[in-house]
Amino acid sequence: MSNIIVIAEVRGGSLKRPSLEVITAAKQLASASGGQVVAIACGNGIDAATAELAAGGAAKVIAIDGPSFTEYSGDAWAKAIVEQVKANDGTAVLMAHTAMGKDLLPRVSGLLDTGIITDVIEVSCEGGAYGAKKPVFAGKATMTVKATKSPFCATIRPNNFEASTGGSGEVSKVDAPSGDLLSVVKEIIAAGGDKTPLAEAKVVVAGGRGLKEADNFKLIEDLAAAFGPGVAAVGASRAVCDAGWRPHSEQVGQTGKVVSPPLYFAIGISGAIQHLAGMRTARTIVAINKDADAPIFKVADYGIVGDAFEVVPALIKAIEEVVANR
Amino acid sequence: MDIVVCIKRVPATDTAIKIAADGKSIETNGVSFEMNAYDEFALEQALLIKEQLGEGTVTALTIGPSLAQKVMRDALARGADKAVVLTTDEWIYDGAQVAQALATYLQANPAQIVLCGKQAVDSDNNQLAGNLAARLGFGCVTEVTKLELADGTFTAERDIEGAREVVTCKTPAVISCNKGLNQPRYANLKGIMKAKKKPLEEAAADLPAAAMEIVSLELPPARADGRIIGEGVDAVPALIEALRNEAKAI
Ligand SMILES: Cc1cc2nc3c(=O)[nH]c(=O)nc-3n(C[C@H](O)[C@H](O)[C@H](O)COP(=O)(O)OP(=O)(O)OC[C@H]3O[C@@H](n4cnc5c(N)ncnc54)[C@H](O)[C@@H]3O)c2cc1C
Ligand SMILES: Nc1ncnc2c1ncn2[C@@H]1O[C@H](COP(=O)(O)O)[C@@H](O)[C@H]1O
Repeated sequence: MSNIIVIAEVRGGSLKRPSLEVITAAKQLASASGGQVVAIACGNGIDAATAELAAGGAAKVIAIDGPSFTEYSGDAWAKAIVEQVKANDGTAVLMAHTAMGKDLLPRVSGLLDTGIITDVIEVSCEGGAYGAKKPVFAGKATMTVKATKSPFCATIRPNNFEASTGGSGEVSKVDAPSGDLLSVVKEIIAAGGDKTPLAEAKVVVAGGRGLKEADNFKLIEDLAAAFGPGVAAVGASRAVCDAGWRPHSEQVGQTGKVVSPPLYFAIGISGAIQHLAGMRTARTIVAINKDADAPIFKVADYGIVGDAFEVVPALIKAIEEVVANR
Repeated sequence: MDIVVCIKRVPATDTAIKIAADGKSIETNGVSFEMNAYDEFALEQALLIKEQLGEGTVTALTIGPSLAQKVMRDALARGADKAVVLTTDEWIYDGAQVAQALATYLQANPAQIVLCGKQAVDSDNNQLAGNLAARLGFGCVTEVTKLELADGTFTAERDIEGAREVVTCKTPAVISCNKGLNQPRYANLKGIMKAKKKPLEEAAADLPAAAMEIVSLELPPARADGRIIGEGVDAVPALIEALRNEAKAI
């Protein structure tokens, strides 16, 4: 058998949606390799999550469950997962390219002494050889590779495959081993309020140095808020983060976050190549800049040449109207 | 306390990528190379830890071409005590290869603390820390934005989706550094002069076979030309109209 293993992400007892997207990628590989999709989830009291995995397309679900796995520990979880990968004839191991996936799968691949390809946007299996496609150089190029070592390990970019639905897999439970933890999560500090995570937002409203000072980001926040709760997130250029106007976690670009929302606003952002690398795959890009020659207009679908302090307030009103009349 | 900083020499971030004739690599003619941006945070953190402990050595370690000596000299000028280039002429994109070769080096030249960047901005892998830690049996925290060391244990913070995570980790450990962790220092004239006398070793990298091969490298499809809708406030209605009916984005 040549099974495809999905390492699912469970946080606070609930299954993270990207895990179901990974099942879709895994099903694609399984139908080519002739194996089954086996999901592995770690945690303490994760019955609801494993049931969701079984109903979401995993043929077999293994819960590594117990008090010692209440908090995430990269080393302890990786060790337990590797045992299950081996016991279940995994020839491919997939996980979402999330904070946890980026931490855990490299560790799993290292223990398996195999290769790993990250941030994958397409997977393939031809003649028994697994392959993948991923952006490199911050999306300035796309690389296609073929794995030459087994098992094949890959982290899958979120929001790139549909979430898998339908199925009635079988769930089994393994006791979480207790032992020495090298690293362990002590605390999770929620970000202020119910902020929409940048990478998951349907709309990103990003501001640059053209805003002149930190307080003026109120305009950017108000435009984001105009889309209604949970829709839009605020982004920023590096110039703005370096100046301390916004936290680094909001930086979009080559050395910040790469986002691909359906709608992206670049306001007072010149469009340096490193910024473009982080947002050029957004479906629709709107730029507002007072300089008609700003490079951002080369990638923007729609541009307004003008002063952000005049244009944005009018835009906020217009968006509020659109949202109110839905 | 021996501290190792892993540094990669990468194309400058403002490089306009062109694909080479082989269809599998980038055209490097005219490209300038620099220290991977995240590795600057790792180097800075290594220097801070050494200063905190008041003892130890910081070794900058890279796998790359001999030309990487330039980046290594920069690391020495900023304050590293020693630099090592494990040479290879190939572009390394395969994470397992890097991890195994660095693990081999570190088994022969043990360190308590290994710092690296969260991601090399060429292959954008973001995998080395965990991969290397697993091979060495070390603890590991990735993408840290805050790091404290007390009594041989790290307390680190990292961003996760919609929250921050506080993680403790025993040494020996591999830590990958994110932006926000610190403010990297640059080399001053004194540092540059001192660096000339610091040891910079070179040896062939002991690379295992790659775990993957490149089939192709392509440029993404170009974006369709956009258009300027208009000027100032008067253009807002036309923008709304276009977003609604043309782009169907609102
Ligand atoms: C190693 C490295 C990595 C980098 N990584 C990133 C990254 O990840 N992300 C990133 O963003 N940058 C990155 N940069 C920085 C990048 O090169 C630019 O310096 C940065 O993006 C500029 O930010 P900005 O557009 O806000 O500022 P500026 O370039 O100063 O642009 C400000 C713009 O605002 C416009 N403006 C001024 N006033 C107004 C007004 N009243 N109304 C409307 N428009 C106005 C101006 O016309 C101008 O176009 C990186 C650089 C390096 C060297
Ligand atoms: N060839 C290399 N030589 C030394 N360090 C490297 C090399 N490649 C990657 N690294 C380190 O590993 C980090 C993460 O790289 P990666 O996992 O390849 O994205 C980088 O920021 C470097 O610190």
